This record gives sequence, structure tokens and C-alpha cells, in this order.
Amino acid sequence: MTSAEPAEKLLSPVLSDCWDDDRPWTLDTYLRHQGYQGLRAALAMPPDDVIALVKDSGLRGRGGAGFPTGLKWQFIPQNDGKPHYLVVNADESEPGTCKDIPLLFANPHSLIEGMIIASYAIRCDHAFIYLRGEVVPVLRRLQAAVAEAYAAGYLGKNILGSGIDLDITVHAGAGAYICGEETALLDSLEGRRGQPRLRPPFPAIAGLYACPTVVNNVESIASVPPILTRGKEWFKSLGTEKSPGFTLYSLSGHVTNPGQYEAPLGVTLRQILDISGGVRAGHRLKFWTPGGSSTPMFTDAHLDVPLDYEGVGAAGSMLGTKALQIFDETTCVVRAVTRWTEFYAHESCGKCTPCREGTYWLVQLLRRIEAGEGVQGDLEKLLDIADNINGKSFCALGDGAASPIVSSLQYFRSEYERHLTERRCPFDPAASTVWAHRSTHESATEREVHA
Amino acid sequence: MTSTELGLPALPAKPYPAEVHARLAEDAAELIGRYPVARSALLPLLHLVQAEEGFVSPSGIRFCAEQLELTTAEVTGVATFYTMYRRRPAGTYHVGVCTNTLCAVLGGDQIFDELQQHLGIKNNETTADGEISIEHIECNAACDYAPVVMVNWEFFDNQTPESAKQLVDDLRAGRDVLPTRGAKLCSFKDTARVLAGFADERPGVVDASGAGGAPSMAGLRLARGETLPGTPGTKVVAPRHEGTEA
Ligand SMILES: Cc1cc2nc3c(=O)[nH]c(=O)nc-3n(C[C@H](O)[C@H](O)[C@H](O)COP(=O)(O)O)c2cc1C
Ligand code: SF4
Ligand code: FES
Repeated sequence: MTSAEPAEKLLSPVLSDCWDDDRPWTLDTYLRHQGYQGLRAALAMPPDDVIALVKDSGLRGRGGAGFPTGLKWQFIPQNDGKPHYLVVNADESEPGTCKDIPLLFANPHSLIEGMIIASYAIRCDHAFIYLRGEVVPVLRRLQAAVAEAYAAGYLGKNILGSGIDLDITVHAGAGAYICGEETALLDSLEGRRGQPRLRPPFPAIAGLYACPTVVNNVESIASVPPILTRGKEWFKSLGTEKSPGFTLYSLSGHVTNPGQYEAPLGVTLRQILDISGGVRAGHRLKFWTPGGSSTPMFTDAHLDVPLDYEGVGAAGSMLGTKALQIFDETTCVVRAVTRWTEFYAHESCGKCTPCREGTYWLVQLLRRIEAGEGVQGDLEKLLDIADNINGKSFCALGDGAASPIVSSLQYFRSEYERHLTERRCPFDPAASTVWAHRSTHESATEREVHA
Repeated sequence: MTSTELGLPALPAKPYPAEVHARLAEDAAELIGRYPVARSALLPLLHLVQAEEGFVSPSGIRFCAEQLELTTAEVTGVATFYTMYRRRPAGTYHVGVCTNTLCAVLGGDQIFDELQQHLGIKNNETTADGEISIEHIECNAACDYAPVVMVNWEFFDNQTPESAKQLVDDLRAGRDVLPTRGAKLCSFKDTARVLAGFADERPGVVDASGAGGAPSMAGLRLARGETLPGTPGTKVVAPRHEGTEA
């Protein structure tokens, strides 16, 4: 693919394909778009064949780590006499990440259908959706869609006459980023403080109520029905060899048209900017995240990195949640990193010392650097603390906290140094706002689309 | 880190009045019945008692503990872990301004500053008339609509300082306020009841506000061959033509 590719060829709406139809959150509309056809196909197959199909399709988890979904299902021991559980991770709280919430708002049935298929495959008769609490409009639509699915016989006893039973419980969280971490999520769902568990045992062996449990992201599960209806070859024809399929890229920040862009894995930021109108008028790209704040930041040198698991990894970051947060040259990188670090310190669950203490001290250092009160040696101290958190914490929240610091110092050390030598922040925050742009609007023809 | 009140044990909490207790016990039984293990209903029960009083009071904690046969210390330990459970009453309308990095940079910091000045209250305070409480919040999964303000956890997208001030003025004046994504506002307590797991029975609330704003549809519109606003540089592509695709 080249950047001259027209948008309609570059993009591949599958999950988002029915979002512009009439009331796409209703069962009626979903049925008009092949809704619940994937379920019918699955029920006609033995459960193990469904697992094999999803495994062969190459679908990888969309929650951040990219673990193969079918393999995760295969890890569930069968004929062990224990209940099995499916828990959908709809906690979406990683800064910058904004794909599952619009997906569930527009089309909750795609998740429900995927859940029934997954439950059938792993032999589970009670599945849960753990939705972050701060999104009540989405909760309403999920509750309504689950009720519709029960009424239509897709949930409850003897689904579609198959002899299979499934209940889905929609569960609202209560505000805690760490509950997106799968083992903390399970503790939270058991009615406890959301703190990560020691692994092994992994959830596939001892998850919810110490029973075999699959935890999958919303987008991972919603991607399953199209694989059943259209086949694994179709799925593999999209994307790259090791990262097949389509996915939602979420573009936000200093761009002309922020939003959801569903495309085959492996497109580049340059391509997405090209078709969507680029960085906001009169400005140029400074830094961006490929997959949320926990993924090391990129600069304009990374515009052509293929946005798949391997491509982003090879360039020194992670695909994460595909949350492309774009910041232009008006943005102070120290300010951005300070704010993210405050987030990690606030959300640190307190279980392990490197993260709990380290994030606290990082915030103290960053605040004083941002305020122009930093002293020589502060940058080394930052790196030293980050190094003591990264890889030495109990869960990946700690690693995530170190990412923005290490990567920003790698690419923008001189900007940190300016804060030290000039003893102030050299940026005007007003210039970064959406309305600053409006008041000094430059003619569209003169603008730079992006770097 | 925010300052925390430790909720040290004071006098034993009063139980709810008998009729409140009976009504909530019925709701609690329904929620507990949705889980294989009763304790899983603790977060829903905490939302339920918050729906009763606008915050999680010692009486609410006592109620949850009784229903699940836990100690009040165990319930307190859970309640204090999660930011949505309040230890002081929220206003009728609880306003959250996203000040995580992306929203902050795009203007959320300025919105939050100006709102505090306008209302004469600070983070986590409530106006004297009890109508508005305000809080800065973390990323609410709406970055493509930045800067974002939430009221009772409904989305008010693409805000400015002016629109946010107008919003709270309208709320205090009792004017109808519609979120960009979500349903006509109900009170903070009614919202907490939905969070506990009881459907919002008001007519039309599920359908309110469509499938999403322009950002949700951006990629889809391009894929349909339409152009996006403000992109004079982009090519106008013809409507999708399956046959011509390579
Ligand atoms: C701090 C932290 C927060 C996370 N938040 C989320 C989240 O909100 N949603 C999600 O799906 N995965 C989240 N994850 C990843 C989950 O632990 C888990 O890998 C994922 O839900 C697995 O689903 P998948 O295999 O379908 O990607 C988070 C991980 C960490 C360490
Ligand atoms: S790394 Fe942080 S969030 Fe994870 S267990 Fe340790 S303290 Fe908790
Ligand atoms: S940063 Fe505000 S919604 Fe994501």
C-alpha cells in the first residue's frame, strides 16, 4: 500500500460497517447486517473446531498485548468438572484509548454474538461484561441489547434449540484503571479491591472463583463473528502475515479529523493522516503514541512504521490499543509526560513498592522540572527511578508508567534541559488548545498537512 | 495523589430506616442473584446505596456488609479503592472534566480552571445550593471528542470554556440539557441506580442521541467515498465500486 491509496481502498470497515445505518444498536438492524449468522455457523460445528478456526485465523487480542485469541481459548482445560467463565474486558481506561466505548455504543450486539460463540467454544454457561462505570449511555445500550438477546432466544436456556445455555451479566465497575489488568479485573469482579494476582496460575487455570476463565478485550470478541461468517481465509487476506485482520485505529489530538478509522493491520500513521486531513492546519507533528500512554512515544521519524504488532515492536514501541494520540509542535512534552505520570501515580494500586513509591517520586521530580525548578541531575534521577520500576513491578502498569519518561527523554532530552536552564516552561499552553487554533485560523491552502 | 479521609471507625453506623432497608434488601437480593458467588455483587450494591443517598455513607456500608455477610471494614476497604464511590454527597449534577494529557492539552485544563472560578468551588466540592459538584477526571475513552466533560457520566463532547460554563448555568437554572452522547440528564442518584444494574425505565433513553458523533463515523464516511470536513487537500474519491477494486 502506498500513501496515495484512496481512503476507500485503505480502510476496511467491518466492525464499524453498520454504524451509519438506522439505530445500529438494535437487534433488528444487526440482523440486517448478517447479525447472529456467525453464531449459527458456530453452533453447527463442534466447539473444538470453533477454537481451531479462530486460532487458524490468526486473530490476536486487541486489549494491548496481542496474545492469540484462539490459543487463549485452547488453554481452558476441558472435562475438568469445573465451571468455565468468559469475562469481557470493557474497562477501557488506558489514556488515549477510545475504541471499545464507541463500538459498544453503536453496536453492542456484535460483542454479545461474539460472547455466545466464545462461550460455546470454551464450554461456559455464564459470561460477564466488566464495563467501566463512567460511561452510562453505553451501559444502557448494553443492558438493552442483552435483554433483547434474551427475548429473541440468543441467550438463556437452549439457545436457538442447540441445547446450549448461556447467561450474560453486565457489571459496571467503579473507577479504577488497574481493573483493566485482567487479574485485577477478576478480583474486582469478585467484589474485592482491584489488585493484580500473582501469575501463574493464569486465569485459564484459576481465574474467576478459581475456575478456568478466558479474559478477552471487547474488540477481540466482537471480531469473532465475522470470522465465522466469512472464514479465516478472508480474515487472513487482510492485514499482515503475523498480524492478520482489521482493527479500529483511534486518532485523536491535534488533527483535522479525529475519530475511528477501521483498517487492515499494518497501515501507517502517514496513510491515516493523508486520508483524514492530517495534523491540524498550520501545525506539524511533534510526538505521538501508537497505542496509548503506556506505549513508548514516537516522533515524525516514525510516520512510516507499519502499525501492526511486529512493525511497532521493531521500532521500539508497542501496538497496544492503537490509540494514536497526536501532539503538534505547540505541546510541551514535559507537560504531557508529567500529566501521564500523575495518572499512573493516582492509579497505582499500591500492591508493590517499585510502582507505588516510584510513581510518587517521578511525579515530584517532573512537577518541579515542569515548573522550572529542576536541578542538575534530575534527568538522571528520572531515568534511574523509571529503570527501577520498569520490569521490576508486579504488573504491567509499572512498565507503562516508565514508558513515556524513557521514550520522551530519548527523543526530547534537550527540551527537558531547556526547562532546567531557562528555569521555566518555554511553551504557552494556550497555543495547544482547540480554540487557539480557531482564533488564528490560517488559510487551508497554506497549511502543512503533516510532517 | 489526592488527599484521603481515612474513614476511621467512628460511632457504629445507623441502620437504614425500616422501609428503606426493606426496599433496598429486595433490590440487593435481585443483584446478588445475578452472580454465582454473592460477594461479586458488592460493587453493584455500593452503587445501589450511592443511589439512595448520593454517596456511600456509613449506613450504606453497614447495609452492604449485612447483605453479603462481610465486615464493615471489608466493605470500607473496597469502597475506598474505587473513585466513583463518594464519601461526601455529590451535587444533583456531578460534573467531571477530563484533564488527562490529551484533553488537558487540547483545553481541558482551561475548562476546569474556568469552571471552578465560575462556580466558586474547587475540585471535589459542591455548590452551596447542592446542585453542582465538580471533579477532574481521568481519560474517559472519548479522546477523539476532546476536550470532554461528563455530567452524571453522560458525554458532553468537544467542549470549550464557554460551552461548559453555559452547561452548568443551564443545569442550575433547571433548563433541559442534552448530552452529545447519552440521554436527557437524570439526577446523580438515579444514574447510580443504573450503574447498580437496574435498567433506566424512562422512555426513549436507550435510543437517545444516535450511534455516535462525527469522530465515530469518520473512517466509515471515508470508506463510503465521502470527504471529511476541513480536508480540501484530500482527494474526492468516487463512491465505492466493488468491481474496480484490485
Ligand atoms: C494496567 C493495565 C490496564 C489494562 N486495561 C485494559 C483494558 O482497559 N481493556 C483491555 O481489554 N485490556 C486491558 N489490559 C490488558 C488485559 O490485562 C488483558 O491483557 C486483555 O484484556 C486481554 O484481552 P485480549 O487478549 O483480548 O487482548 C490492561 C493491562 C494493564 C496492565
Ligand atoms: S505495578 Fe503498580 S498497579 Fe501493578 S501491582 Fe504494582 S503497585 Fe499495583
Ligand atoms: S484524554 Fe480525555 S477522554 Fe481521553
